[in-house]
Amino acid sequence: MKILLSGNEAIAQGAIQAGCSFYAGYPITPQNEIIAYMAKHMPSSRTGVCRTGKGQSQGVFIQAESELAAINMVYGASAAGARAMTSSSSPGISLMQEGISYIAGSQLPAVIVNIMRGGPGLGNIAPAQSDYFQATRSGGHGDYHLIVLAPACVQEAYDLTQTGFDLADRYRVPVMILGDGILGQMMEPVQLSTKKIKVSLAKSWALDGCQGRKPNIIKSFFLREGALEDANLKLQKNYAIIQQKETRYEGLFLSDAKVILVAYGTMARIAKSAISQLRSAGKKIGLIRPISLWPFPQQPFSIKNSRVKYLVLEMSYGQMLEDVRLAVGGRREVEFLGRSGGGVPSEEQIINKVKKIL
Amino acid sequence: MEKIFKRCQSLYDVPTHYCPGCGHGIAHRLVAEVVDELDIREKTIGIAPVGCAVVAYDYWNFDCSEAAHGRALAVATAIKRVHPQNVVFTYQGDGDLAAIGTNETIHAANRGENLSVVFINNAVYGMTGGQLAPTTLLGQKTSTSIEGREKKAHGYPLKISEMLALLPGVCYIERVSLQSPPEVLKAKRAIKQAFENQINNLGFSLVEILSPCPTYWGLSPKESLDWIRDVMQKEFPLGRIK
Repeated sequence: MKILLSGNEAIAQGAIQAGCSFYAGYPITPQNEIIAYMAKHMPSSRTGVCRTGKGQSQGVFIQAESELAAINMVYGASAAGARAMTSSSSPGISLMQEGISYIAGSQLPAVIVNIMRGGPGLGNIAPAQSDYFQATRSGGHGDYHLIVLAPACVQEAYDLTQTGFDLADRYRVPVMILGDGILGQMMEPVQLSTKKIKVSLAKSWALDGCQGRKPNIIKSFFLREGALEDANLKLQKNYAIIQQKETRYEGLFLSDAKVILVAYGTMARIAKSAISQLRSAGKKIGLIRPISLWPFPQQPFSIKNSRVKYLVLEMSYGQMLEDVRLAVGGRREVEFLGRSGGGVPSEEQIINKVKKIL
Repeated sequence: MEKIFKRCQSLYDVPTHYCPGCGHGIAHRLVAEVVDELDIREKTIGIAPVGCAVVAYDYWNFDCSEAAHGRALAVATAIKRVHPQNVVFTYQGDGDLAAIGTNETIHAANRGENLSVVFINNAVYGMTGGQLAPTTLLGQKTSTSIEGREKKAHGYPLKISEMLALLPGVCYIERVSLQSPPEVLKAKRAIKQAFENQINNLGFSLVEILSPCPTYWGLSPKESLDWIRDVMQKEFPLGRIK
């Protein structure tokens, strides 16, 4: 069945489809449709009680008193074994960074949605992609990573949210769904899925009372000499497996392209429109659209043609640009076009830039 | 000969890391005795704070979680909502509950979360080396109030228990002390009441425990107990607040 949803609603519906049994959030524009949708649609949200037994996915919805409380409620719910999610936008995500670090350090699964807006500071409520560094470079303290997934359309927002819950549980890591205000607000038809959850939801490490077993402890504090290093090495081993197995990207016209545009999320949609105009004028332009921003897909950048050039497009002043340069390793030219603070590079600007490069 | 005093099942047989004369060991034991007496060890989930008691789970023999500094009641709220059949409590110091975590404390109380809170008030930051706490008394010297707490510079000792008693979601608040064996027994009765309230779905319960910190009060263990009786209890009177 197809229904018309905004990106924000699709993320919320995807979470419910994935068996999200706990949501806590705090209002902030432009993601308010997520918290409203969860309040309305989470089963038994009015009772505020989650019944996890017998496969009943009834949920808990809490409007928290702050983003700090929201992310720490997600920590608690995840520690208790629930599939837990929160959502916010840039300034709220900044407030959550300490909690995200604790979630990563305690090896808890969680889904965190960031519908980015302009910054720094209070910024504005226009779409932006300027939280890329924060999302992909462990925005809180310590050596950790989130899996970061960047949908480019409403259907993908719905699908990747479900994927996010599975990845979070499979690897016991926090997963971020990184969108922007345009994706959150625009409406498109969404094919609802009937697929089942692919990973086991049995969590032998979770807190539910130590009946018939030794007590479980959820912690990220390791004071004994060497213990914290051991805990970090365990995380790094997990990250290495994720880097190997969980990169995702879309490639278009890579075999004949002379200039390859590199863009994610909303920016990639504008890039596709520019490409279709340029190709109908006979220009050989391709696209790499990273879907996982961490782990960043390196593989599509190993193009043999030594004259190929890359043009990175972002709604920021050059953040993913650094990952593209690392992937290209100085072997090819990398150009950049970016705007931020609510500015979005237009098709025309992209076409003009491509013509200069060609 | 009959054994009349033994280790609780809810406490591990391990050496303590607390300073001589510290109140945490007594308070940990009181919680463990209550958990044993109510026969809820296999249903209990404790939340350890950031502060001296961060490794409370090294002493308690039941499920536990850490929480970031001040966020214990946000973590506890979620755990209790996910597992309403379990008994969930937080154990927090004055800096954790009444400074950095004031917001979480007030809102969990105001939502009437069905939780039990063990609030250790020793009027000082212990783990970080004896700085001014929200509950530090006027005139009390700390490493960040060298001449003593002064109302114009540092404000007044925060009576968070009296503040929380105003909220309709709060079921029970009592202030107790570890100053003498009779007071310790009263403290245990209050903790038991707070746990029983949760088991009976009555809502938010908090026990504030005036607890000695000889190390950062610059007093001997005996002098610390006397100071609680002669000075601290005058600022923080004992008894049922709600």
